[in-house]
Amino acid sequence: MQISGRAWKFGDDIDTDLIIPGHYLSVHDPAELGKHCMEGADPAFASKVQEGDVIVAGRNFGCGSSREHAPLALKSCGVEAVIACSFARIFFRNAINIGLLVYECEDAYLNTNPGDVITIDPELGIIRDVTTGAEFKAATYPPLVAGIIQAGGLVPYVRAKLGN
Amino acid sequence: MAMTITEKILAAHAGKEEVRPGEIVQVRPDLLMTNDVSGPIAVDVFRSMGADHVFDRDRIFIVLDHFTPNKDMKAAKASSEMREFAKEHNITHFYDAGFGIEHVILPESGLIRPGDLVIGADSHTVTYGGLGAFSTGVGSTDLAGAMALGEIWLKVPETIRFEFVGKPGRWIGGKDLILLAIGKVGVSGALYCAMEFGGEAVRSLGVDDRLTMCNMAIEAGAKSGIVEPDSTTIEWLRAAAGVAGAGSLPLLRSDEGCNYKAVITLDVTDMEPQVAAPHLPSNVKSVSELKDVDIHQVVIGSCTNGRISDLRTAAAILKGRRVNKWVRTIVIPGSQQVYKQALAEGLIDVFVEAGAVVSCSTCGPCFGGHMGALDAGERCVSTTNRNFVGRMGHETSEVYLSGPQVAAASAIAGHIAHPEEV
Repeated sequence: MQISGRAWKFGDDIDTDLIIPGHYLSVHDPAELGKHCMEGADPAFASKVQEGDVIVAGRNFGCGSSREHAPLALKSCGVEAVIACSFARIFFRNAINIGLLVYECEDAYLNTNPGDVITIDPELGIIRDVTTGAEFKAATYPPLVAGIIQAGGLVPYVRAKLGN
Repeated sequence: MAMTITEKILAAHAGKEEVRPGEIVQVRPDLLMTNDVSGPIAVDVFRSMGADHVFDRDRIFIVLDHFTPNKDMKAAKASSEMREFAKEHNITHFYDAGFGIEHVILPESGLIRPGDLVIGADSHTVTYGGLGAFSTGVGSTDLAGAMALGEIWLKVPETIRFEFVGKPGRWIGGKDLILLAIGKVGVSGALYCAMEFGGEAVRSLGVDDRLTMCNMAIEAGAKSGIVEPDSTTIEWLRAAAGVAGAGSLPLLRSDEGCNYKAVITLDVTDMEPQVAAPHLPSNVKSVSELKDVDIHQVVIGSCTNGRISDLRTAAAILKGRRVNKWVRTIVIPGSQQVYKQALAEGLIDVFVEAGAVVSCSTCGPCFGGHMGALDAGERCVSTTNRNFVGRMGHETSEVYLSGPQVAAASAIAGHIAHPEEV
């Protein structure tokens, strides 16, 4: 499956309160969360983003709380993948677990522009900026993490472990 | 092989002789924890995993503390979902509204011992390192998997040792030390690492202050924070958490010659109380650099600074005084146990006489959940842990993070103040 979408660029330390503010956390319906996605950083983001788009960000993306509402909101409003120089660890685990693709790649952050068309080959971790023709290679996952991604997230992974 | 205390705890829970940083291990946690924010998702995911029972009903804490007492009907529904799950699985440690904040009541329960491994679906689960345990936060799906399997994968973190040297002055507490450290390394300065806090200044702190320090390890991106347990830990477990056999608990330490990623030495001699200015916990300044900042609200409480010693510190400053007419001041004991102790010591009287609002235990204002929301442009001095954009209300409001001494002094002064100023 090839990912293709427009790049939305954000800087360093995009925290989970920017991705989905705390006062929305009394609900966990993904569609409802998606309406407020990135509200703290760009109030119009949820109305502008399209299915398949990609966030490209700096260091420490998703820092702060453990709220799984953050990757759920991103996925629900159409974001297919997040590329960042680095991720906060809980956000990274949450994204892998729910099937939101996350790639560590500083080169992509430094060499792409907002609105560029980005394609990603998830198998190889190859990121292409179709607009400029540049190509980048994301960091590889440890085998266990790659296994969870291949299973489609932690739910099928645990189902299999439980023998269901 | 020489190991850090963190590596020793992970090895023990992975059934291995030794582990190395970077290695991925499957560990069996001693305790799991979730709440009314992460819990409803975890419950849905647990069911979708096809799990029909939890691995151990005695080793799961469910604490309803974020939007409780129920803020509105949405929060009421989330709490109901957790209550139903707790009944269905006969969860022993289910704590509804009226018990307290998760990271205050778990240590008080006496069920977290030095050397334990705790996984919680809340980022401030790192708090329990203050008792010499390894503890870390995960999301709802990880927690659901751990409830079903009784195990979880972890990458063994590298350890950064923070050595606090010098004798802290009268007004310095754990909050000032951890803010100093976060200011030094930044909000991703300890990303994926364990922060190990030591040195004479840490040894001289009580457990409440050590819990405060470890609580904010996450604000430097850390996987965990830890203080090597000692006689102070044992005495606290006995006196505050009712652990009868505390004296015979093994006390792990990092080995001589263990492999630290870095050792960072911080001198606390003559340091001033620290304040993190908007909008990152790493934007740390000495209190005197911010003394002209007018404020509208003060919050004293939370999983960071809602323990009895925090309330004592605040009450000592507020005693016989009135808070500024234009500063609403909210005091939130972190648990019913803290509340009862504060009542017995007359601290609640002090707060009420001073014109503060005393609330039941809740996370409420810390994350803009409920109570104490800030209007556009308002500024709050808060003993909580995060000051991100919009954290406590309007996106143009501002949160200044401090210890309870600066918060109490600022409530009286109407602007950010050193306790000596009032």
